[in-house]
Amino acid sequence: MSSPRPAREPGGRIPPVLLAPAVVAVALLTLPLLALLPRVDWAGAPQALTSPEALAAVSLSLRTGLVAVGCCLILGIPLALVLARAPGPVAAVLRVLVTLPLVLPPLVGGLALLYLFGRQGWLGQATVAVGISVPFTTAAVVLAQTFVALPFLVISLEGALRTAGGRYASVAATLGAGRWTVLRRITLPRAMPGLIAGTVLAFARAVGEFGATAMVAGNAPGRTQTIPMAIYTAFNGAGVSRDSALALAVLLVVVALVILIGLRDWRRREAW
Amino acid sequence: MSDLHAEVSLERPDFRLHVELEVPAGRVLAVVGPNAAGKSTLLQVLAGLARPTSGSVRLGERVLTGDGLHVPPERRGIGLLGQDPLLFGHLSLLENVAFGPRAAGMRRGPARESAARWLERVGMAGLGDRRPSTISGGQGQRVALARALAAQPQVLLLDEPLAAMDAEAAPEIRQLLGDQLRATRTTAIVVSHDILDAALLADEIMVLRDGEVVEHGRVAQVLAAPATAFTAALMGVTLVPGRARGGNVHTVWGPVPSEIPDGVRCAVRVPPAAVVVTGERDGVPARVRWLEPAAGGIRARLIHADGADGAELLADVDPAQVAPGLEVGATVGVRLDPGRVSVGAG
Repeated sequence: MSSPRPAREPGGRIPPVLLAPAVVAVALLTLPLLALLPRVDWAGAPQALTSPEALAAVSLSLRTGLVAVGCCLILGIPLALVLARAPGPVAAVLRVLVTLPLVLPPLVGGLALLYLFGRQGWLGQATVAVGISVPFTTAAVVLAQTFVALPFLVISLEGALRTAGGRYASVAATLGAGRWTVLRRITLPRAMPGLIAGTVLAFARAVGEFGATAMVAGNAPGRTQTIPMAIYTAFNGAGVSRDSALALAVLLVVVALVILIGLRDWRRREAW
Repeated sequence: MSDLHAEVSLERPDFRLHVELEVPAGRVLAVVGPNAAGKSTLLQVLAGLARPTSGSVRLGERVLTGDGLHVPPERRGIGLLGQDPLLFGHLSLLENVAFGPRAAGMRRGPARESAARWLERVGMAGLGDRRPSTISGGQGQRVALARALAAQPQVLLLDEPLAAMDAEAAPEIRQLLGDQLRATRTTAIVVSHDILDAALLADEIMVLRDGEVVEHGRVAQVLAAPATAFTAALMGVTLVPGRARGGNVHTVWGPVPSEIPDGVRCAVRVPPAAVVVTGERDGVPARVRWLEPAAGGIRARLIHADGADGAELLADVDPAQVAPGLEVGATVGVRLDPGRVSVGAG
């Protein structure tokens, strides 16, 4: 986290030919986002963002995103600790399982969640028996978001824990600190940059979640229609106006940018 | 205060450690040996950070390891100071030192007061608000010592505490360690590859090689008369075997005067400064195996020209008096200065 950067090699060691595809790559990544801007009705943006449908979507996204991040922290911190301390083969298997939702199309994840929590699913049968049906509720939104965001938190934190614990934890133990004290006062504080980065990334991923939500939670305004669902719906000619959808899209881009820049600056300041 | 007893074996595929030791309360034991002799592993076992394959560790009457029992490190009362200070970067220096007392349940205020006193004792008064990243390695080791002692360990383990210090800081920190160990009467084990640490810090010394104890005794005794060639080499001196006859001990490097009765086998302890290197025609012929710069001259390893038992000598050569022909492979003459060698029987 705080390793000093190697000095930049003078004179450029990259074959100049490679500059062209690099420039194309940057264009590919940024031009689409820039193309959004002229389409936005800037004068009407405040109004578009504060329309009842848009506000409902923003509010729902914020609330479910925060709850999902809370779930990620409660489940993810222990998992990251286990992963960082587990013996080689166990850790390798666990890591594959944790990474799977990251590379899986979220749509597939949503489908799987639906079958698990549906009326005939393993867990669905149990919840229905006590009178709870999860699919197509706000809880299902949180479930989908947690499913896709958890890997970000776990992997980011695990990396930090690997470098944070070890010898420092041993020293703390020889100073008389039990496991909880070592975790609370040494390991977690030392892994804090990784924990914060993982939390922020998990939140961004949760708020942006679409595919899994669509499958398991649906698109009910005020209940399961998050910002991405609202944007999608608008371009299918229903619900939120297109102006609102565009404004919401730009809002998501801006929030993502602010998060990334904030993380960067924070990491630099914490680089002691 | 209690005595520390340990009798531990640890077996790994490529390594075996078997050590028996006893450190009386308030005493300091030095464990010296080359790299990979098992010194650090021994400390890990004593601190409870590694489990021995078999054996026991006791502090007075209290069993820490043994009989299927393994007391975790935090309940042993055994502190550890390593070669790196390993200060907690997210805490101030004062909070670092207060960590042990806090972990033991002391309230914040008294813990900070105690930490401030410890910082003062190690010469870091008034720097408590600083962060570990803002101080030097030597200062870091001072704070690490204060932190270890503030936890009031019954035994303090020092694992190469000076190895990462530069030449300027090492003597100061060594002095500080000695002073504080004596002042606090802390039972301690100092692991080092440097015989100087043993000489200045410890009461007893134990020499470890490939996981086995090869020598153990009072520091002064072992330094004056190392019993094995291995220990002697570790100390930078050479042990030369010989036999007493007619008022001299005869060795491959010539006779050394001695009162030892005829026929007794002896060992002559030859420090490098006792070897006089002369021209090829004088003294016992020897070949130069290697040369390297040493404090105040050149350190040479000489091998007996007749190949008598592959006998070797470490010699310090004054560059001002060296004949121009001194180079690796050259043949020189060697004499032992009787005033600077010592003879031990046995």
